[in-house]
Amino acid sequence: MPERIRHAPLGNKKVKQPNAEVHIITDQCKGCGFCIKFCPKKVLEESQEINARGVHPPKILDESKCIICSFCTAVCPDFAIFVVEKPCKEERHIKHD
Amino acid sequence: MVQEVSHPFSSYLRSAMIPHIWCSGCGNGIVLNCFIHALEELQRDLDKLVVVSGIGCIGRTAGYANADSFHTTHGRAIAFATGVKLANPELEVVVISGDGDLFAIGGNHFIHAARRNIGVKVICANNFNYGMTGGQQGPTTPLEASTTTTPYGNIEHPFNLVHLAAAAGATYVARWTTLHVRRLTQSIKRMLQKEGFCFVEVISPCPEIFGRRNKMRTGLEMMEWFRRASSVENFSDPSKAEITSKRILVGEFVNVEKVSYERLLHEKIGQINEKKIVW
Repeated sequence: MPERIRHAPLGNKKVKQPNAEVHIITDQCKGCGFCIKFCPKKVLEESQEINARGVHPPKILDESKCIICSFCTAVCPDFAIFVVEKPCKEERHIKHD
Repeated sequence: MVQEVSHPFSSYLRSAMIPHIWCSGCGNGIVLNCFIHALEELQRDLDKLVVVSGIGCIGRTAGYANADSFHTTHGRAIAFATGVKLANPELEVVVISGDGDLFAIGGNHFIHAARRNIGVKVICANNFNYGMTGGQQGPTTPLEASTTTTPYGNIEHPFNLVHLAAAAGATYVARWTTLHVRRLTQSIKRMLQKEGFCFVEVISPCPEIFGRRNKMRTGLEMMEWFRRASSVENFSDPSKAEITSKRILVGEFVNVEKVSYERLLHEKIGQINEKKIVW
């Protein structure tokens, strides 16, 4: 499970904006489309290029929409996609009432 | 997007064997993925882990996992695993095999391992047919499903695997589909922390062999079927958890504690050696 959903964010004074980096190992992809279909934020889409296995691997539509749920990492049968959290400098302060 | 970074699970896989040979849309890769994810979260030592698998598509898991592994003869995965566990109870022994291997030819090994409560953990990938040999009807094929040997629809009643495992005496029984990756990972984690015989059934898509004869040509269509038909009910009655095209009941079914066979065996051997038992 990704680090950021292990701990509850509500008690924190500061909230980090998710800053995702999606890695796709294109030549391992077999084009099943699970990551594209089951991404809750629709970050991925099928690309036009053809990889070494003769299928269309996913490509990133909008990386900033990714919330690092890592469902794509878990559902990929071919170990071809994973998400890491980029270190971010600024932390946004939120007010608790 | 950067490509030259290795996958976080790559240390758990044999790099020479990857990419694997499973079809596009096959669920076996997801079973392996969830298993490795559970190992990674528990920080298990790979030197203390033995992966045993039988014959079938999922039988290749033993070759892909970077642990000590056995690829055994057809149906005898649990028999091999029993030997490993009794010889060295320190080892974590996990059997990853298919429904045809574990419940058709290996059915007897399964029920007796569950009855004795040997500390072997069994993950069964259920794809409803014999995928590797061309899609023959097997012990888990649902009623009215079409396969190569039942072209007019299956008329044999299938096994309800969770009911079978619960009735035979397994201490942990759960069923998930490959769509429930988070819950499956948690289930495997829970299973690896238990002592006795544990069983997790994973309903796995087989689009190339089973799906195309049943109007689900791609892995996505099979996953859509799982999403539509599955309902989560934890600790419900396993005897009512039969799989039909309309309904797949998933969840944990049994979670009890029982003394394992290997502990009783080694206690008994100790008592005999100390001459506490005389006959």
